[in-house]
Amino acid sequence: MSTAVKLEAKSVAAPVEMMTVNVNGRSVSVPKLMPDHNGKPVPTTMLQACQVAGVEVPHYCYHPKLPIAGNCRMCLVEFGLPMMGADRKPILNEDGSPKIAKQVLPYDPSQPRGAIACATPISPGMEIYADSIATQQMREGVLESLLINHPLDCPICDQAGECKLQEYSVEHGQATSRFVEEKVHKPKRVDLGPRIVLDDERCILCSRCVRFTRDIVGDDALGFVNRGSYNTLTHFPGKPFDNNYTLNTVDLCPVGALTSKDFRFQMRVWFLKETKSVCTSCATGCNILMGSREGKIHRYEPRQNDAVNSCWMCDEGRLNYKWIGREDRLKTVMIRRGNAPQVVGKWPIALAEISARLNAAIPGSVAIIGSSRQTTEELWLLAKIAKKLGAKTDTKVREGEADKLLVNADRNPNSTGARLTGFLTEKAGNNIRAIVEGLKVGSIKTLLVFGEDITTLGISSALLDTVDCLIVSEILPNATTAKANYLLPGCAHAEKRGTLINIKGRVQKFMKAVEQPGEARPEWEFLNELAANIAGHHRFVSIEGLFNAMAQDIQPLNGLTWSSLGDQGVTIAI
Amino acid sequence: MSDPREFSSAVQPMVNPLASSPQFHVSAELEAEVQELISHYPEKRSAVLMVLHEVQERFGFISQESVMWISGKLDLQPINVLELVTFYPMFRQQPVGKYQVKICRTLSCALGGAYELHEHVCNRLGLDAHAHGIQTSKDKMFSVEFVECLASCGTAPAMMVNEDFQEGVTTQNADLMIHECRKKGN
Repeated sequence: MSTAVKLEAKSVAAPVEMMTVNVNGRSVSVPKLMPDHNGKPVPTTMLQACQVAGVEVPHYCYHPKLPIAGNCRMCLVEFGLPMMGADRKPILNEDGSPKIAKQVLPYDPSQPRGAIACATPISPGMEIYADSIATQQMREGVLESLLINHPLDCPICDQAGECKLQEYSVEHGQATSRFVEEKVHKPKRVDLGPRIVLDDERCILCSRCVRFTRDIVGDDALGFVNRGSYNTLTHFPGKPFDNNYTLNTVDLCPVGALTSKDFRFQMRVWFLKETKSVCTSCATGCNILMGSREGKIHRYEPRQNDAVNSCWMCDEGRLNYKWIGREDRLKTVMIRRGNAPQVVGKWPIALAEISARLNAAIPGSVAIIGSSRQTTEELWLLAKIAKKLGAKTDTKVREGEADKLLVNADRNPNSTGARLTGFLTEKAGNNIRAIVEGLKVGSIKTLLVFGEDITTLGISSALLDTVDCLIVSEILPNATTAKANYLLPGCAHAEKRGTLINIKGRVQKFMKAVEQPGEARPEWEFLNELAANIAGHHRFVSIEGLFNAMAQDIQPLNGLTWSSLGDQGVTIAI
Repeated sequence: MSDPREFSSAVQPMVNPLASSPQFHVSAELEAEVQELISHYPEKRSAVLMVLHEVQERFGFISQESVMWISGKLDLQPINVLELVTFYPMFRQQPVGKYQVKICRTLSCALGGAYELHEHVCNRLGLDAHAHGIQTSKDKMFSVEFVECLASCGTAPAMMVNEDFQEGVTTQNADLMIHECRKKGN
């Protein structure tokens, strides 16, 4: 049994106390306590019991990761409780089953009394009628009320296609409006902060955004003013809504009130292809969905993973995608011989020449500067090559400021992978000085660079001119690529598959969203070829085979396979 | 200005509900009074309504600057205080007239002619009787608003002019009131 699997098993708690309730005529056993938004066990609600039973209860303000507000009333359901006699014993039907009293209005017993499923705890023997006529009527009533002042501007609304108001209107709403009066008009296109625009007429006042920024982020920036008919979501004038998590409110907003300035009017959401991926902006490795269409990425959205990022991601990571589609991406192999300028080359020629050069190199005369932005597979292949050549290795250190929620101080997404694969034999940044010295005295004649501009690491352009052979794999042009003898165009993570290991040892895979430009190739493909030519390594034909072989080779990954990673990844002991 | 509902992608700053008062100045006396109010409650934030009353008493309205100051004093965010100020109609968000006319519009007074009275007063003062919320005359002498029950259902319609309570108000009474207030002047 692998360490990975053991770790998962350890987190399973002691047997939980169960309770039986009835949902839509079916008995279900549900835990008496279930986690609240903080993960603290609290009495299970009717909504959670319905979820266990596989019955969806429509809701707007409820969100599993936010404190419960209970203000939208959409989750109202009709319910019944076992009748109790004066002796505090249940009253039984003739067949011995407990008699259930449907809950009714105290002042009009002919009318059912609904309860909001999101905030009503279950009790033994409770019956929930999530599909009854009364429940349906309550939903119709709530929707009608929500739509009274709604502008119904769906054709130009960014939320259209992923709007709860639209979805529930289709399912539970009425085809015609009975409202003949003038709608209340509220502020439109409000500049709430640097990344958010608010349309107050679309807002249904669910307060998800208010609770998120107050209780999750700790920046109590949003609130409701003019409570009553003119109830309006806003920020305090002169205090813009500007923290590093504001764009999560756009995801949370069940309607089109909060929109992202970046994504607004860019693309209809139903055209977007969603690809499961991982954010590469820091060592946290938030799970994301990439929304792309016709080879262009339009947005990142967080993907729920309670072991990593819950339902959130930071604005900085979310907006860090534009470079992928840049016009000046490297698209062709370039070869430069001697002092001649770079000319367009071919992959087979470049790889054969590089292999021959490296095979002929004197042990110790090669250095490799990789990147902790590379995938684990790429770093593992590089490590094999480095070992064979006796090469000194290093990566670029990226440090920033950490915050309390998600952002890690390490801005490289795969520092753990660089360490575990054996690519880094020392602390990152420790070997760079020795490599610079080696280049200066001429003991290092061949330099491999992957995904970093090494002129930012104290290796000047002039010094690069003195290197016998500079082999560079990059995505975007920089001062290092300009000097390369062999320039190999690589792929952004959105254009290939691979795994990253986050700061806590979560091994996570990401999938390909868009095609790479020109002749660019995923790095693992050509590293695979070089490793075979130089280190006599097996030639892998798929990323699955490569990962599985790597997992056999690296002790902490032992027992893992590509498919066992699933969508959410696996935590290993590091 | 163009129709606010016209389609455009240009974003707009939020309309500020609070008037600005760059001269907002906290006297030592107000500071002491607020400290005293805070000391009455187990938690600082609980004093917020009393502090707002105190500030309105002194300045006549709640300015943006005063909300910033109050939120700082009570360890709150300004938006929390703004929510309160905009919830209670008696907290003034703009400077109001010297004479504040409150006309009751709850059931008895509505039946007794409160709407006609309100319209009459507004017309006399050049105000829009159908606009939402409190209306202040150009000369800053009068502010007129509807309020809920003034607890004088037997003598509807009821009206208050500042602290002066008036019952069974006719349009003639109202004209007289306006005349007398004008005579008293500033």
